[in-house]
Amino acid sequence: MSRSDEATTDRISANGQGLAPDEVLAVERLSTHFVYKNRTAKVIRDVSFRLKKGRTLAIVGESGSGKSVTSLSIMGLLSEPGRVVDGRILYRLSSGEAVDLTGASKRTMRRIRGREISMIFQEPMSSLNPLQTVGDQIAEMIWLHMATNRANARKRAVDLLRLVEIPGAERRIDDYPHHMSGGMRQRVMIAMALACDPSLLIADEPTTALDVTIQAQILDLMRRLQGELDMSILFITHDMGVVAEIADDVAVMYAGVAVEQAPVRRLFDAPNHPYTRGLLASIPEANRERDDKGQRVRLTAIPGTVPSLYDLPPGCPFETRCAWREEACLEPVSLEPCGPDHLSRCWKMRQA
Amino acid sequence: MARYVAKRVLGMIVVMFIVLTTVFIIVRLAPGDPASLMLGPEATPADVVALRARMGLDQPVVVQYFSFLGQIATGNLGQSIFFNQPVTQVIAARAEPTVLLTLFSIVIAVAIALPVGILSAYTRGSLFDQGSLSTAMLAASVPSFWLGLIFQQYLATGAGWFPVSGFGSPSATFFERVHFIILPSIVLGIVNSALIIRFSRAAMLDVLNDDFVRTARAKGMSEWRVVIRHALKSALIPIVTVVGLTFALLISGAIVTERVFNLPGLGSLVVGAVLRRDYPVIQGVLVVIAGLYVLINFLIDMLYLAIDPRVKY
Ligand SMILES: Nc1ncnc2c1ncn2[C@@H]1O[C@H](COP(=O)(O)OP(=O)(O)OP(=O)(O)O)[C@@H](O)[C@H]1O
Ligand SMILES: [Mg+2]
Repeated sequence: MSRSDEATTDRISANGQGLAPDEVLAVERLSTHFVYKNRTAKVIRDVSFRLKKGRTLAIVGESGSGKSVTSLSIMGLLSEPGRVVDGRILYRLSSGEAVDLTGASKRTMRRIRGREISMIFQEPMSSLNPLQTVGDQIAEMIWLHMATNRANARKRAVDLLRLVEIPGAERRIDDYPHHMSGGMRQRVMIAMALACDPSLLIADEPTTALDVTIQAQILDLMRRLQGELDMSILFITHDMGVVAEIADDVAVMYAGVAVEQAPVRRLFDAPNHPYTRGLLASIPEANRERDDKGQRVRLTAIPGTVPSLYDLPPGCPFETRCAWREEACLEPVSLEPCGPDHLSRCWKMRQA
Repeated sequence: MARYVAKRVLGMIVVMFIVLTTVFIIVRLAPGDPASLMLGPEATPADVVALRARMGLDQPVVVQYFSFLGQIATGNLGQSIFFNQPVTQVIAARAEPTVLLTLFSIVIAVAIALPVGILSAYTRGSLFDQGSLSTAMLAASVPSFWLGLIFQQYLATGAGWFPVSGFGSPSATFFERVHFIILPSIVLGIVNSALIIRFSRAAMLDVLNDDFVRTARAKGMSEWRVVIRHALKSALIPIVTVVGLTFALLISGAIVTERVFNLPGLGSLVVGAVLRRDYPVIQGVLVVIAGLYVLINFLIDMLYLAIDPRVKY
């Protein structure tokens, strides 16, 4: 099959209708399962969110809530036996066309990865190839997607290292990852991700593995670059403090579903879902009151555990840990409006 | 880097020294007096005394030890009793079939094992994976002499593609001699590919789950490039180790195969020397093989240096 043939069939099968002109990404009723011989982990169920050009959407949720699986579903990089079993992932190509990534061919996905949608990962220490210099790794990204020669790719790699504020970029370009600290490596990952001017950057907990001061520097850097390069960012984190700093909009995930979505101010001012309230109560604050011994007052932790993804309750997944639970919470509940641009998956709080 | 190399060279010398000492002790520990054993029961006491003097056996052990080390340091492995020639010459005359057999076998083993191992890992749990694993098990448990006989039967006698055995006439050209080596090399290559298959599969499985392989995919490159340029290069580190080990084992493994295919190599030389109690030859071959082991280990260390920038200097 020739290249153009494939592109045509792609466009038909991967129908991208339904994306507003100012939107880059729309995930609609996404379900991702890991199907094993005798059981199925329903890791993502019925997740929807939309991301406008130039904005930052934060997906927040505790460990295991499905944040990484969501981003890997978008990238088409799920590991076996993970499958997108339902829903659409609409993406606007830089050409202006919209495609549904769930139906896109392998070749289309290869052209999108790195060029259109870039991703940086949680683990800066292990996400770079230990056997290649950082310069070669960045340059590889450039010549994979752009018509250029070695010398130019290298020159651009140096520029990118400067862009992410690595001192002595001309020298560091020939370093191997093991010569660099975690923060430096994450800067390299960012440089690599930005190499081809992607319109969407998926950052999967880019600062979680870093210490607090480095974390703040990386967040500053990402904010600055977003303004300069006009990209949209899907920012994944489990830290409400980070959300407050970087996000325009927030989707809160719990056990594979989105329980609440709102613009960031609204979410912090008027959280609706009991789980969101619990998360907000657990933000560490510098000015948190101290008790008489001068110790910080303990953070509120949400008691109980997340239900098994192999054996989910039919009703609200948070029901087992919720302080407001009632008999009616054992019935299925959907994400519905509870205010301007504000969606919540709790019937009770919506009424309140 | 220079320090790394210097360290390995020093290590190589130390190991070689230990090996030589061990060889010296083992040969001295063999029961009976080498001179009278060599000359047989009909020898006169005068003959025995003369041979003992020629072999230096009348000297104190310490003197014998140092003259042994000194000789080897100058490249002198002594004089063969049976051939009445320097051992170095005897070995040189028999080295070609063994060297060719070993080299061809390792090339064949790697040529089979690497693609099979990679594909097995990549398609883990597939029919191909299961099939190749059980075939590898089978290959590893088949005795090489048996496989050799089967191949002789079908590919040499039956199909007539290869000579059955031997190494050609002394006037045979290099390519004619190579023709004699191919069949035994295939046998040894198959038998020795099993271990490399298992290792390269395991190494690839390990690497394919690494985060940087996911990064490579996220960059939008082809699967081929992900697997060969990124994953395989990392997996090569353990694979090189096992290939080196196999190579070293092959040198001794060649002995059996040389017998089956009647190749006039070091294997048959050693077997003959044992039967004839030609001690200097046995000792010389031991030293040469030990030297090759040490050299291969050194080369593996140098390969690490070339592959992995994290190797500590
Ligand atoms: N291959 C798999 N088979 C079965 N379940 C899986 C598989 N991969 C992931 N999961 C499950 O999917 C859930 C979500 O995982 P995910 O990695 O997306 O979490 P996360 O929100 O990114 O958490 P973290 O903050 O720890 O990164 C987890 O409960 C995990 O156990
Ligand atoms: Mg994660």
